[in-house]
Amino acid sequence: MAHYYESKDLNRFGQIGKHQKELADKFFEWYNAATSTEGALTKREKQLIGLAVAHTIQCPYCIDAYTQSCLESGADPTQMTEAVHVASAVRGGASLVHGVQMLNGLDKVGA
Amino acid sequence: MNLKVIDNLSVEELTDVSSEATSLPRFNFNKHIKEAELDLKPLSIETLQINVGKLCNQACLHCHVDAGPKRTEAMDRRTAEKIVEILATHPEIKTLDITGGAPELNDQFDWMVVEARKLGKHILVRHNLTVQFDGNPVTGESKEYLPEFFAEHQCEVICSLPYYAEYFTDKQRGRGVFQKSIDGLKRLNDLGYGKEGTGLTLNLVYNPVGAFLPAAQASLEADYKRELGEKFGILFNNLYTITNMPIHRFKRDLVRRGGYEEYMTKLVNAFNPTAAERIMCRTMVSVNYDGTLSDCDFNQMQDRPLEKGAPQSIFDWDTESILNRRIVFVDHCFGCTAGAGSSCGGTTS
Repeated sequence: MAHYYESKDLNRFGQIGKHQKELADKFFEWYNAATSTEGALTKREKQLIGLAVAHTIQCPYCIDAYTQSCLESGADPTQMTEAVHVASAVRGGASLVHGVQMLNGLDKVGA
Repeated sequence: MNLKVIDNLSVEELTDVSSEATSLPRFNFNKHIKEAELDLKPLSIETLQINVGKLCNQACLHCHVDAGPKRTEAMDRRTAEKIVEILATHPEIKTLDITGGAPELNDQFDWMVVEARKLGKHILVRHNLTVQFDGNPVTGESKEYLPEFFAEHQCEVICSLPYYAEYFTDKQRGRGVFQKSIDGLKRLNDLGYGKEGTGLTLNLVYNPVGAFLPAAQASLEADYKRELGEKFGILFNNLYTITNMPIHRFKRDLVRRGGYEEYMTKLVNAFNPTAAERIMCRTMVSVNYDGTLSDCDFNQMQDRPLEKGAPQSIFDWDTESILNRRIVFVDHCFGCTAGAGSSCGGTTS
Protein backbone atom coordinates (compact mmCIF):
# COMPACT_ATOMS: atom_id res chain seq x y z
CA MET A 1 0.00 0.00 0.00
CA ALA A 2 1.62 3.24 -1.22
CA HIS A 3 -0.47 5.59 0.94
CA TYR A 4 -2.82 5.13 3.86
CA TYR A 5 -5.22 7.66 2.26
CA GLU A 6 -6.33 7.17 -1.36
CA SER A 7 -9.01 9.59 -2.63
CA LYS A 8 -10.60 6.86 -4.77
CA ASP A 9 -11.28 4.85 -1.61
CA LEU A 10 -14.04 7.28 -0.70
CA ASN A 11 -16.14 5.84 -3.53
CA ARG A 12 -15.61 2.37 -2.02
CA PHE A 13 -17.15 3.30 1.33
CA GLY A 14 -20.19 1.16 0.55
CA GLN A 15 -17.96 -1.92 0.47
CA ILE A 16 -17.70 -1.68 4.25
CA GLY A 17 -20.83 -3.86 4.21
CA LYS A 18 -18.93 -6.70 2.58
CA HIS A 19 -18.63 -8.77 5.77
CA GLN A 20 -21.46 -7.23 7.83
CA LYS A 21 -24.14 -5.93 5.47
CA GLU A 22 -26.86 -5.45 8.10
CA LEU A 23 -24.79 -3.11 10.23
CA ALA A 24 -23.58 -1.17 7.18
CA ASP A 25 -27.14 -0.76 5.90
CA LYS A 26 -28.26 0.55 9.28
CA PHE A 27 -25.34 2.96 9.38
CA PHE A 28 -25.93 4.38 5.88
CA GLU A 29 -29.69 4.72 6.43
CA TRP A 30 -29.11 6.65 9.66
CA TYR A 31 -26.24 8.66 8.15
CA ASN A 32 -28.28 9.78 5.16
CA ALA A 33 -31.32 10.59 7.29
CA ALA A 34 -29.18 12.66 9.66
CA THR A 35 -27.13 14.56 7.08
CA SER A 36 -28.94 14.73 3.77
CA THR A 37 -32.56 15.63 4.41
CA GLU A 38 -34.45 18.84 5.03
CA GLY A 39 -35.62 18.98 8.64
CA ALA A 40 -35.63 21.56 11.42
CA LEU A 41 -32.26 22.41 9.89
CA THR A 42 -31.96 22.91 6.16
CA LYS A 43 -29.89 20.46 4.13
CA ARG A 44 -27.35 23.23 3.53
CA GLU A 45 -26.99 23.91 7.26
CA LYS A 46 -26.40 20.21 7.83
CA GLN A 47 -23.72 20.12 5.15
CA LEU A 48 -21.98 23.13 6.71
CA ILE A 49 -22.05 21.40 10.12
CA GLY A 50 -20.61 18.31 8.45
CA LEU A 51 -17.83 20.39 6.90
CA ALA A 52 -17.00 21.92 10.27
CA VAL A 53 -16.92 18.52 11.98
CA ALA A 54 -14.81 17.12 9.14
CA HIS A 55 -12.15 19.72 9.90
CA THR A 56 -12.34 19.09 13.63
CA ILE A 57 -11.74 15.38 13.18
CA GLN A 58 -9.34 16.15 10.31
CA CYS A 59 -10.70 13.42 8.07
CA PRO A 60 -9.55 13.91 4.44
CA TYR A 61 -12.42 11.80 3.09
CA CYS A 62 -14.97 13.90 4.97
CA ILE A 63 -13.39 17.21 3.98
CA ASP A 64 -13.46 16.15 0.32
CA ALA A 65 -17.06 14.89 0.52
CA TYR A 66 -18.44 17.85 2.48
CA THR A 67 -16.68 20.44 0.32
CA GLN A 68 -18.60 18.99 -2.64
CA SER A 69 -21.88 18.56 -0.79
CA CYS A 70 -21.75 22.09 0.62
CA LEU A 71 -21.40 23.45 -2.93
CA GLU A 72 -24.17 21.17 -4.18
CA SER A 73 -26.48 22.39 -1.44
CA GLY A 74 -25.95 26.00 -2.56
CA ALA A 75 -23.30 27.17 -0.08
CA ASP A 76 -20.53 29.46 -1.23
CA PRO A 77 -16.85 29.63 -0.18
CA THR A 78 -17.53 32.46 2.27
CA GLN A 79 -20.11 30.42 4.19
CA MET A 80 -17.90 27.34 4.08
CA THR A 81 -14.88 29.25 5.37
CA GLU A 82 -16.97 30.67 8.22
CA ALA A 83 -18.05 27.14 9.14
CA VAL A 84 -14.40 26.02 9.29
CA HIS A 85 -13.61 29.02 11.48
CA VAL A 86 -16.39 28.05 13.89
CA ALA A 87 -14.93 24.54 14.16
CA SER A 88 -11.42 25.89 14.58
CA ALA A 89 -12.46 28.47 17.14
CA VAL A 90 -14.31 25.90 19.27
CA ARG A 91 -11.35 23.56 19.01
CA GLY A 92 -8.89 26.34 19.91
CA GLY A 93 -11.14 27.50 22.72
CA ALA A 94 -11.22 24.00 24.13
CA SER A 95 -7.46 24.17 24.54
CA LEU A 96 -7.46 27.70 25.84
CA VAL A 97 -10.17 27.16 28.43
CA HIS A 98 -7.91 24.56 30.05
CA GLY A 99 -5.65 27.49 30.81
CA VAL A 100 -7.94 28.02 33.78
CA GLN A 101 -6.58 24.75 35.19
CA MET A 102 -3.13 26.20 34.68
CA LEU A 103 -4.22 29.29 36.62
CA ASN A 104 -5.56 27.03 39.38
CA GLY A 105 -2.17 25.30 39.47
CA LEU A 106 -0.38 28.63 39.70
CA ASP A 107 -2.65 29.70 42.58
CA LYS A 108 -2.03 26.43 44.35
CA VAL A 109 1.72 27.04 44.50
CA GLY A 110 1.36 30.73 45.15
CA ALA A 111 2.92 31.69 41.82
CA MET B 1 -15.52 45.95 -20.33
CA ASN B 2 -14.04 43.42 -17.93
CA LEU B 3 -12.81 40.27 -19.55
CA LYS B 4 -11.11 37.22 -18.18
CA VAL B 5 -7.73 36.02 -19.34
CA ILE B 6 -9.44 33.22 -21.23
CA ASP B 7 -10.44 35.74 -23.89
CA ASN B 8 -6.84 35.79 -25.10
CA LEU B 9 -7.25 32.29 -26.50
CA SER B 10 -7.24 31.98 -30.28
CA VAL B 11 -10.15 30.50 -32.21
CA GLU B 12 -8.09 27.34 -32.69
CA GLU B 13 -7.58 27.04 -28.94
CA LEU B 14 -11.30 27.53 -28.42
CA THR B 15 -12.20 24.36 -30.29
CA ASP B 16 -13.53 21.43 -28.34
CA VAL B 17 -11.45 18.83 -26.56
CA SER B 18 -13.23 15.88 -28.10
CA SER B 19 -13.23 12.44 -26.55
CA GLU B 20 -12.54 11.03 -29.99
CA ALA B 21 -9.31 12.97 -30.38
CA THR B 22 -7.90 12.18 -26.96
CA SER B 23 -7.61 9.26 -24.60
CA LEU B 24 -10.52 10.54 -22.50
CA PRO B 25 -12.98 7.85 -21.41
CA ARG B 26 -16.30 7.51 -23.27
CA PHE B 27 -19.72 7.25 -21.67
CA ASN B 28 -22.66 5.56 -23.35
CA PHE B 29 -25.88 7.57 -23.06
CA ASN B 30 -27.79 5.39 -25.51
CA LYS B 31 -27.01 2.32 -23.39
CA HIS B 32 -28.38 4.06 -20.30
CA ILE B 33 -31.68 5.01 -21.91
CA LYS B 34 -32.04 1.49 -23.27
CA GLU B 35 -31.43 -0.03 -19.83
CA ALA B 36 -33.97 2.39 -18.36
CA GLU B 37 -36.41 1.23 -21.10
CA LEU B 38 -36.88 4.78 -22.34
CA ASP B 39 -37.90 5.64 -25.88
CA LEU B 40 -36.89 9.26 -26.27
CA LYS B 41 -38.47 10.20 -29.57
CA PRO B 42 -39.31 13.79 -30.56
CA LEU B 43 -42.75 14.84 -29.34
CA SER B 44 -43.29 18.24 -30.95
CA ILE B 45 -41.62 21.44 -32.09
CA GLU B 46 -43.02 23.94 -29.62
CA THR B 47 -39.82 25.96 -29.48
CA LEU B 48 -37.39 27.13 -32.11
CA GLN B 49 -34.15 27.95 -30.36
CA ILE B 50 -31.85 30.04 -32.50
CA ASN B 51 -28.22 30.80 -31.82
CA VAL B 52 -27.58 34.00 -33.75
CA GLY B 53 -23.81 34.03 -33.27
CA LYS B 54 -20.81 33.76 -31.00
CA LEU B 55 -19.96 37.42 -30.49
CA CYS B 56 -20.23 38.37 -26.84
CA ASN B 57 -19.01 41.19 -24.63
CA GLN B 58 -18.03 38.57 -22.02
CA ALA B 59 -15.96 35.37 -22.13
CA CYS B 60 -17.25 33.23 -19.26
CA LEU B 61 -15.44 30.20 -17.89
CA HIS B 62 -18.39 27.82 -18.26
CA CYS B 63 -19.51 28.99 -21.73
CA HIS B 64 -20.39 26.02 -23.95
CA VAL B 65 -20.41 28.30 -27.00
CA ASP B 66 -16.85 29.58 -26.43
CA ALA B 67 -18.35 32.99 -27.09
CA GLY B 68 -16.32 36.16 -26.75
CA PRO B 69 -15.48 39.58 -28.20
CA LYS B 70 -13.24 38.12 -30.92
CA ARG B 71 -15.77 35.71 -32.41
CA THR B 72 -17.11 36.64 -35.83
CA GLU B 73 -19.73 33.95 -36.54
CA ALA B 74 -23.06 35.75 -37.03
CA MET B 75 -26.48 35.05 -38.52
CA ASP B 76 -27.14 36.94 -41.78
CA ARG B 77 -30.34 38.49 -43.08
CA ARG B 78 -31.16 35.62 -45.44
CA THR B 79 -31.16 33.10 -42.57
CA ALA B 80 -33.11 35.47 -40.31
CA GLU B 81 -35.76 35.92 -43.01
CA LYS B 82 -36.05 32.14 -43.42
CA ILE B 83 -36.56 31.75 -39.67
CA VAL B 84 -39.36 34.33 -39.72
CA GLU B 85 -40.89 32.52 -42.70
CA ILE B 86 -40.85 29.21 -40.78
CA LEU B 87 -42.44 30.90 -37.77
CA ALA B 88 -45.13 32.42 -39.98
CA THR B 89 -46.05 29.14 -41.63
CA HIS B 90 -45.88 26.93 -38.51
CA PRO B 91 -48.40 27.91 -35.84
CA GLU B 92 -47.37 24.89 -33.75
CA ILE B 93 -44.12 26.71 -32.99
CA LYS B 94 -45.17 28.90 -30.09
CA THR B 95 -41.84 30.17 -28.80
CA LEU B 96 -38.75 31.75 -30.34
CA ASP B 97 -35.83 31.27 -27.93
CA ILE B 98 -32.94 33.56 -28.91
CA THR B 99 -29.44 32.89 -27.64
CA GLY B 100 -25.79 33.50 -28.59
CA GLY B 101 -23.13 34.83 -27.67
CA ALA B 102 -24.88 37.96 -26.57
CA PRO B 103 -27.75 37.68 -29.09
CA GLU B 104 -28.52 41.40 -28.99
CA LEU B 105 -25.16 42.07 -30.68
CA ASN B 106 -26.37 40.43 -33.91
CA ASP B 107 -27.52 42.83 -36.62
CA GLN B 108 -30.69 40.79 -37.24
CA PHE B 109 -31.77 40.60 -33.59
CA ASP B 110 -34.05 43.62 -33.35
CA TRP B 111 -35.71 42.89 -36.68
CA MET B 112 -36.42 39.25 -35.80
CA VAL B 113 -37.93 40.21 -32.44
CA VAL B 114 -40.25 42.72 -34.07
CA GLU B 115 -41.32 40.29 -36.82
CA ALA B 116 -41.81 37.34 -34.46
CA ARG B 117 -43.97 39.45 -32.17
CA LYS B 118 -46.11 40.50 -35.14
CA LEU B 119 -46.72 36.76 -35.60
CA GLY B 120 -47.79 36.45 -31.95
CA LYS B 121 -44.85 34.28 -30.93
CA HIS B 122 -43.59 34.18 -27.36
CA ILE B 123 -40.02 35.45 -27.32
CA LEU B 124 -37.32 34.38 -24.88
CA VAL B 125 -34.09 36.36 -24.88
CA ARG B 126 -31.01 34.93 -23.14
CA HIS B 127 -29.67 38.26 -21.91
CA ASN B 128 -26.37 38.61 -20.05
CA LEU B 129 -27.25 41.99 -18.44
CA THR B 130 -23.77 43.48 -18.89
CA VAL B 131 -24.27 44.08 -22.62
CA GLN B 132 -26.60 46.93 -21.61
CA PHE B 133 -23.51 48.77 -20.37
CA ASP B 134 -20.65 47.30 -22.42
CA GLY B 135 -22.34 47.64 -25.81
CA ASN B 136 -20.86 46.06 -28.91
CA PRO B 137 -17.18 45.17 -28.27
CA VAL B 138 -16.36 45.52 -31.99
CA THR B 139 -18.27 48.61 -33.11
CA GLY B 140 -18.75 50.33 -29.76
CA GLU B 141 -22.49 50.62 -30.48
CA SER B 142 -24.46 51.30 -27.31
CA LYS B 143 -27.04 48.75 -26.15
CA GLU B 144 -28.52 50.84 -23.37
CA TYR B 145 -31.90 50.80 -25.13
CA LEU B 146 -32.36 47.06 -24.59
CA PRO B 147 -34.57 47.07 -21.44
CA GLU B 148 -37.06 49.42 -23.11
CA PHE B 149 -36.90 47.37 -26.33
CA PHE B 150 -37.58 44.13 -24.42
CA ALA B 151 -40.52 45.70 -22.60
CA GLU B 152 -42.01 47.23 -25.75
CA HIS B 153 -42.02 43.82 -27.43
CA GLN B 154 -43.05 41.85 -24.34
CA CYS B 155 -39.93 39.65 -24.43
CA GLU B 156 -39.37 37.19 -21.61
CA VAL B 157 -35.87 37.95 -20.37
CA ILE B 158 -33.67 35.17 -18.98
CA CYS B 159 -30.47 36.35 -17.33
CA SER B 160 -27.46 34.42 -16.09
CA LEU B 161 -26.50 35.23 -12.52
CA PRO B 162 -24.39 32.36 -11.17
CA TYR B 163 -24.90 33.41 -7.55
CA TYR B 164 -26.55 36.06 -5.42
CA ALA B 165 -23.16 37.30 -4.20
CA GLU B 166 -20.16 38.80 -5.93
CA TYR B 167 -17.43 36.16 -5.51
CA PHE B 168 -18.96 33.28 -7.47
CA THR B 169 -20.47 35.54 -10.14
CA ASP B 170 -17.25 37.39 -10.88
CA LYS B 171 -15.19 34.20 -10.72
CA GLN B 172 -17.25 32.70 -13.53
CA ARG B 173 -18.16 35.74 -15.60
CA GLY B 174 -15.36 38.26 -15.02
CA ARG B 175 -14.43 40.99 -12.57
CA GLY B 176 -17.13 43.59 -12.06
CA VAL B 177 -19.87 41.50 -13.67
CA PHE B 178 -21.87 41.07 -10.45
CA GLN B 179 -22.27 44.80 -9.82
CA LYS B 180 -23.10 45.45 -13.48
CA SER B 181 -25.64 42.63 -13.40
CA ILE B 182 -27.30 44.16 -10.36
CA ASP B 183 -27.48 47.53 -12.15
CA GLY B 184 -28.95 45.82 -15.23
CA LEU B 185 -31.57 44.00 -13.16
CA LYS B 186 -32.56 47.28 -11.50
CA ARG B 187 -33.15 48.85 -14.92
CA LEU B 188 -35.37 45.91 -15.88
CA ASN B 189 -37.24 46.15 -12.55
CA ASP B 190 -37.81 49.87 -13.11
CA LEU B 191 -39.74 49.00 -16.28
CA GLY B 192 -41.88 46.46 -14.47
CA TYR B 193 -39.88 43.30 -15.20
CA GLY B 194 -40.16 40.72 -12.43
CA LYS B 195 -43.15 42.49 -10.86
CA GLU B 196 -46.56 40.88 -10.50
CA GLY B 197 -49.28 42.09 -12.82
CA THR B 198 -47.00 43.67 -15.42
CA GLY B 199 -46.82 40.64 -17.71
CA LEU B 200 -43.08 41.26 -18.03
CA THR B 201 -41.24 38.10 -17.03
CA LEU B 202 -37.70 38.19 -15.68
CA ASN B 203 -36.10 34.84 -14.90
CA LEU B 204 -32.60 34.22 -13.58
CA VAL B 205 -30.28 31.31 -14.29
CA TYR B 206 -27.93 29.69 -11.78
CA ASN B 207 -25.21 27.35 -12.91
CA PRO B 208 -22.51 25.94 -10.63
CA VAL B 209 -19.18 27.74 -10.50
CA GLY B 210 -17.18 24.56 -10.84
CA ALA B 211 -17.45 20.82 -11.29
CA PHE B 212 -20.43 20.11 -9.11
CA LEU B 213 -24.17 19.67 -9.55
CA PRO B 214 -26.66 22.46 -8.88
CA ALA B 215 -28.45 22.72 -5.54
CA ALA B 216 -32.22 22.17 -5.41
CA GLN B 217 -33.92 24.79 -7.59
CA ALA B 218 -36.69 25.76 -5.14
CA SER B 219 -34.27 26.17 -2.25
CA LEU B 220 -31.87 28.32 -4.27
CA GLU B 221 -34.70 30.41 -5.68
CA ALA B 222 -35.80 31.25 -2.13
CA ASP B 223 -32.22 32.25 -1.26
CA TYR B 224 -31.87 34.41 -4.37
CA LYS B 225 -35.20 36.17 -3.72
CA ARG B 226 -34.29 36.85 -0.08
CA GLU B 227 -30.72 37.99 -0.69
CA LEU B 228 -31.30 40.04 -3.88
CA GLY B 229 -34.47 41.51 -2.40
CA GLU B 230 -33.02 42.48 0.98
CA LYS B 231 -29.65 43.72 -0.25
CA PHE B 232 -30.52 45.31 -3.59
CA GLY B 233 -34.33 45.57 -3.76
CA ILE B 234 -34.38 43.32 -6.85
CA LEU B 235 -37.43 41.31 -7.92
CA PHE B 236 -37.59 38.43 -10.38
CA ASN B 237 -40.03 35.67 -11.29
CA ASN B 238 -38.21 32.32 -11.34
CA LEU B 239 -34.75 30.91 -10.87
CA TYR B 240 -33.65 28.15 -13.24
CA THR B 241 -30.79 25.90 -12.18
CA ILE B 242 -28.73 24.53 -15.07
CA THR B 243 -26.01 21.89 -15.00
CA ASN B 244 -22.68 22.79 -16.60
CA MET B 245 -22.29 20.90 -19.87
CA PRO B 246 -18.99 19.02 -20.21
CA ILE B 247 -18.15 20.45 -23.62
CA HIS B 248 -15.86 23.16 -24.98
CA ARG B 249 -14.48 25.70 -22.46
CA PHE B 250 -15.83 23.94 -19.38
CA LYS B 251 -14.66 20.54 -20.60
CA ARG B 252 -11.23 21.90 -21.39
CA ASP B 253 -11.01 23.26 -17.86
CA LEU B 254 -12.08 19.87 -16.43
CA VAL B 255 -9.44 18.08 -18.50
CA ARG B 256 -6.77 20.57 -17.47
CA ARG B 257 -7.60 20.00 -13.80
CA GLY B 258 -7.73 16.23 -14.26
CA GLY B 259 -11.41 16.17 -13.25
CA TYR B 260 -13.21 15.24 -16.48
CA GLU B 261 -13.74 11.56 -15.67
CA GLU B 262 -14.81 12.36 -12.11
CA TYR B 263 -17.34 14.96 -13.32
CA MET B 264 -18.74 12.64 -15.99
CA THR B 265 -19.00 9.82 -13.44
CA LYS B 266 -20.93 12.16 -11.17
CA LEU B 267 -23.36 12.95 -14.01
CA VAL B 268 -23.70 9.28 -15.00
CA ASN B 269 -24.30 8.17 -11.40
CA ALA B 270 -26.99 10.85 -11.06
CA PHE B 271 -28.84 9.68 -14.22
CA ASN B 272 -32.54 10.23 -13.60
CA PRO B 273 -34.99 8.45 -15.96
CA THR B 274 -37.78 10.90 -15.12
CA ALA B 275 -35.57 13.82 -16.09
CA ALA B 276 -34.56 11.96 -19.24
CA GLU B 277 -38.19 11.61 -20.33
CA ARG B 278 -38.57 15.39 -20.16
CA ILE B 279 -35.32 16.20 -21.93
CA MET B 280 -35.74 19.46 -23.87
CA CYS B 281 -34.66 18.19 -27.30
CA ARG B 282 -37.96 16.28 -27.54
CA THR B 283 -39.94 19.51 -27.92
CA MET B 284 -37.57 21.86 -29.72
CA VAL B 285 -35.16 22.29 -32.59
CA SER B 286 -31.99 24.34 -32.49
CA VAL B 287 -30.84 26.56 -35.37
CA ASN B 288 -27.23 27.63 -35.81
CA TYR B 289 -26.21 31.09 -37.07
CA ASP B 290 -25.78 29.60 -40.56
CA GLY B 291 -29.14 27.82 -40.51
CA THR B 292 -27.88 24.34 -39.59
CA LEU B 293 -30.43 22.35 -37.55
CA SER B 294 -29.47 20.42 -34.40
CA ASP B 295 -31.26 18.67 -31.56
CA CYS B 296 -30.04 21.25 -29.04
CA ASP B 297 -27.62 24.12 -28.59
CA PHE B 298 -25.01 21.75 -27.12
CA ASN B 299 -25.05 19.41 -30.10
CA GLN B 300 -24.97 22.46 -32.33
CA MET B 301 -21.79 23.68 -30.66
CA GLN B 302 -20.17 20.33 -31.35
CA ASP B 303 -21.11 20.55 -35.02
CA ARG B 304 -23.63 17.73 -34.68
CA PRO B 305 -26.62 18.41 -36.97
CA LEU B 306 -29.86 16.42 -36.90
CA GLU B 307 -29.34 12.77 -37.79
CA LYS B 308 -28.52 11.91 -41.35
CA GLY B 309 -31.68 11.76 -43.44
CA ALA B 310 -33.42 14.49 -41.49
CA PRO B 311 -33.27 18.09 -42.78
CA GLN B 312 -29.82 19.53 -42.09
CA SER B 313 -30.67 23.20 -42.60
CA ILE B 314 -33.54 25.59 -41.95
CA PHE B 315 -33.60 26.05 -45.74
CA ASP B 316 -34.63 22.37 -46.04
CA TRP B 317 -37.30 22.53 -43.30
CA ASP B 318 -39.73 19.60 -43.31
CA THR B 319 -41.77 19.25 -40.12
CA GLU B 320 -42.67 15.59 -40.62
CA SER B 321 -39.06 14.54 -41.23
CA ILE B 322 -37.89 16.53 -38.22
CA LEU B 323 -40.49 14.91 -35.96
CA ASN B 324 -39.62 11.46 -37.26
CA ARG B 325 -35.90 11.87 -36.65
CA ARG B 326 -33.87 9.95 -34.11
CA ILE B 327 -32.35 12.36 -31.59
CA VAL B 328 -28.54 12.32 -31.60
CA PHE B 329 -27.48 11.42 -28.05
CA VAL B 330 -23.85 11.70 -26.95
CA ASP B 331 -21.84 11.83 -23.71
CA HIS B 332 -22.76 15.36 -22.70
CA CYS B 333 -26.47 14.41 -22.69
CA PHE B 334 -25.85 13.08 -19.17
CA GLY B 335 -25.71 16.76 -18.20
CA CYS B 336 -29.42 17.12 -19.00
CA THR B 337 -30.47 13.97 -17.13
CA ALA B 338 -28.46 14.25 -13.89
CA GLY B 339 -30.31 14.71 -10.63
CA ALA B 340 -33.41 16.83 -11.06
CA GLY B 341 -32.52 17.25 -14.73
CA SER B 342 -31.39 20.33 -16.60
CA SER B 343 -32.73 22.31 -19.51
CA CYS B 344 -32.71 25.86 -20.77
CA GLY B 345 -35.78 26.23 -18.55
CA GLY B 346 -34.17 24.79 -15.43
CA THR B 347 -34.87 21.45 -13.79
CA THR B 348 -37.11 18.96 -15.58
CA SER B 349 -38.34 16.69 -12.80
